[in-house]
Amino acid sequence: MRCDILLAGVGGQGLLSVAAVIGHAALSLGLHLRQCEVHGMAQRGGIVQSHIRYGDAPLYSDLVREGTADLILSLEPMECLRYLPFLRPEGVVVTSSVPVRNVPDYPDLALVLAAVRQIPHHRIVDAAALASEAGSPQAANFAVLGAATPHLGLPVNALAASLDAAFASKDTRIREANARAFRLGVAAACDAAAPSLG
Amino acid sequence: METRLLLGDEALAQGALDAGLSGAYAYPGTPSTEITEYIRRSPEARERRVVGSWATNEKTALEAALGMSYAGRRAMASMKHVGLNVAADPFINAALAGANGGLLVNVADDPSMHSSQNEQDSRLYTEIALVPCVEPANQQEAYDAAAYALELSERHSIPVLVRLVTRLAHSRAPVTLGPSRGQNPLSASTDRTRYILLPVHARRSYDRLLEKQEEMVRESETSPFNVLSLGSDRSVGVLACGIAHNYLLEVTDGRPAMPVLKVGQYPLPIRLVKRLAGECRSLLVLEEGYPYVESRLAGVMGQTLPIRGRLSGALPRAGELSPRLVAEALGLQATRGLPASPVPVPRPPALCPGCPHGDTCRALVDALALVRGTGRVFSDIGCYTLGALPPYSAIDTCVEMGASITMAKGAADAGLHPAVALLGDSTFAHSGMTGLLDCVNESSAVTVVLVDNATVAMTGGQASAATGRIEAICLGLGVAPEHLRVIEPLPARHAENVAVLAEEIAYPGPSVIIARRECLQTLKRRRGASGQGGAV
Repeated sequence: MRCDILLAGVGGQGLLSVAAVIGHAALSLGLHLRQCEVHGMAQRGGIVQSHIRYGDAPLYSDLVREGTADLILSLEPMECLRYLPFLRPEGVVVTSSVPVRNVPDYPDLALVLAAVRQIPHHRIVDAAALASEAGSPQAANFAVLGAATPHLGLPVNALAASLDAAFASKDTRIREANARAFRLGVAAACDAAAPSLG
Repeated sequence: METRLLLGDEALAQGALDAGLSGAYAYPGTPSTEITEYIRRSPEARERRVVGSWATNEKTALEAALGMSYAGRRAMASMKHVGLNVAADPFINAALAGANGGLLVNVADDPSMHSSQNEQDSRLYTEIALVPCVEPANQQEAYDAAAYALELSERHSIPVLVRLVTRLAHSRAPVTLGPSRGQNPLSASTDRTRYILLPVHARRSYDRLLEKQEEMVRESETSPFNVLSLGSDRSVGVLACGIAHNYLLEVTDGRPAMPVLKVGQYPLPIRLVKRLAGECRSLLVLEEGYPYVESRLAGVMGQTLPIRGRLSGALPRAGELSPRLVAEALGLQATRGLPASPVPVPRPPALCPGCPHGDTCRALVDALALVRGTGRVFSDIGCYTLGALPPYSAIDTCVEMGASITMAKGAADAGLHPAVALLGDSTFAHSGMTGLLDCVNESSAVTVVLVDNATVAMTGGQASAATGRIEAICLGLGVAPEHLRVIEPLPARHAENVAVLAEEIAYPGPSVIIARRECLQTLKRRRGASGQGGAV
């Protein structure tokens, strides 16, 4: 197997934590892994992206090749639209529906979501609702991760274990909220009949 | 053997630790920062008493590394590409003095300028200094390069530049660690003729350096970082430098049909290049940064083979490479994704909500509006450069580290008033203090607004060299005590801050206003904020 993912979001959303959880889960299964991050200036509330690639054969490039991504996992609805040329035609977009409006000309949200719904295979997740149900608005990133699990090619339990390990040093309340948000995301994905339900 | 998931930066640092490093010196700068962060966090480094030091700037970092090498120990200095401009003097002269203990200069280039003001290629500096360069292609090679380059450095008594680029520096992959070696014993050089670069000695040193050049080419020709592999498709031979080799393998499923010379050590391995040329009817050069290799192959006079690359237009002249660009240059079938969406708007980086720099920028704009004249704000490198963007639009220039106070001085000398310099505490320590002395010596009408958030914020909150000593430094440089003011940048203090700034802007001599409030990011970390956000 091989999975090429683009992670998209905005600085401060916990995108690199999601990347680390996926990466460690892939490594725990003995897969090859490459993960590319953005550091520095771009993190100051600007766009943040990460390329993650894993599979059972050696991987060479740290960057996903355009037109070959299997999944765009996005913590913000406008952000997923930036990377569509990377997505292969049968690829899937899983995105949070919650906008981060830190620019004055942020487009009409209805227009953004309509553009997401035009993507052949997409899933829109109300990550804010799931995170608040989980008891922590900050855990929205892991609700989206949960909703993307059908497209990651990794066992849900391996991801859950990696998530728990990533926050091993944090207090129980945070770990439990993260785990609940992740499971709620997983359940939301199972409830939907097909990934194109938006 | 142990395997760790490491960034390219971290792999290089771990490799150096395992190769018996005694000291790592650096000034933070994206994408090089994590090399030294890793050393400073490493329990092994602590246990082995390895020095991991944030220096005041790249020049002091490299000079400290040179001193440690002089004392016989293995040392390295790390910086971003533009940092090598600051450290160019020790870099080029260290090549003449040479290395006693192994000496690495790790430079991370930033093609595409993700967090930089230019995309200069550090390989060109190695031609001025006449030192070898090792350019790893992946994280494992970054780990292996450290020990290899330290040995190369000691074998030939010469500093070695290790070149990284953003995508390697900031990408993670599993790295298998090798055996760990002890540190060198203290054995300071006794060769005064080498380390005292009086012209009479320097001429001999330069002759020795020139004599080494042929050995350096031979080292490259047998280096494990330069590998020639043959192929059946002789229409083109590819020179793939550094991470460009990864893209080549990616788009050819790991089995390129054409002959390939993987280049990871310079000077160029001339015999290998000639063998490659003998295997094919044209050459394609894949390299991150400048068309450095391509221009050396092309020359001016006639050539026997067509050579393509960034110079010929086969690849873009600027910006980083990608699998798509490499596939296109090879004439491979494109992999098409979905069409680009017209919906997304740009989302430029911005100051954090509540950032002290925002309050300072607002007060400065309002103060300048009160003062007659067509003033300018000469700013510098740091988070506050984001004061260039709306809603602040508070600065007029940002060129390089330190060019705030000094450009303001020149503009004031030209008759421009008000001439305001806006810079941060760490940049002031890095390259601002000398310029302030120039202003004091000539009583220049320059108003320095020193935004002191007590950290190097843009690169992740490293310790700032001048923290706690800024007033003492300014007074020591000769700033008059009555024109050294401190304000607290807060919305509630806006009116009084505007008044202080306006007073000092009106003063026709050098003045310094310190706008002091802690960075919100370091404050949050200090208070142990809960951790969903950010990296784990």
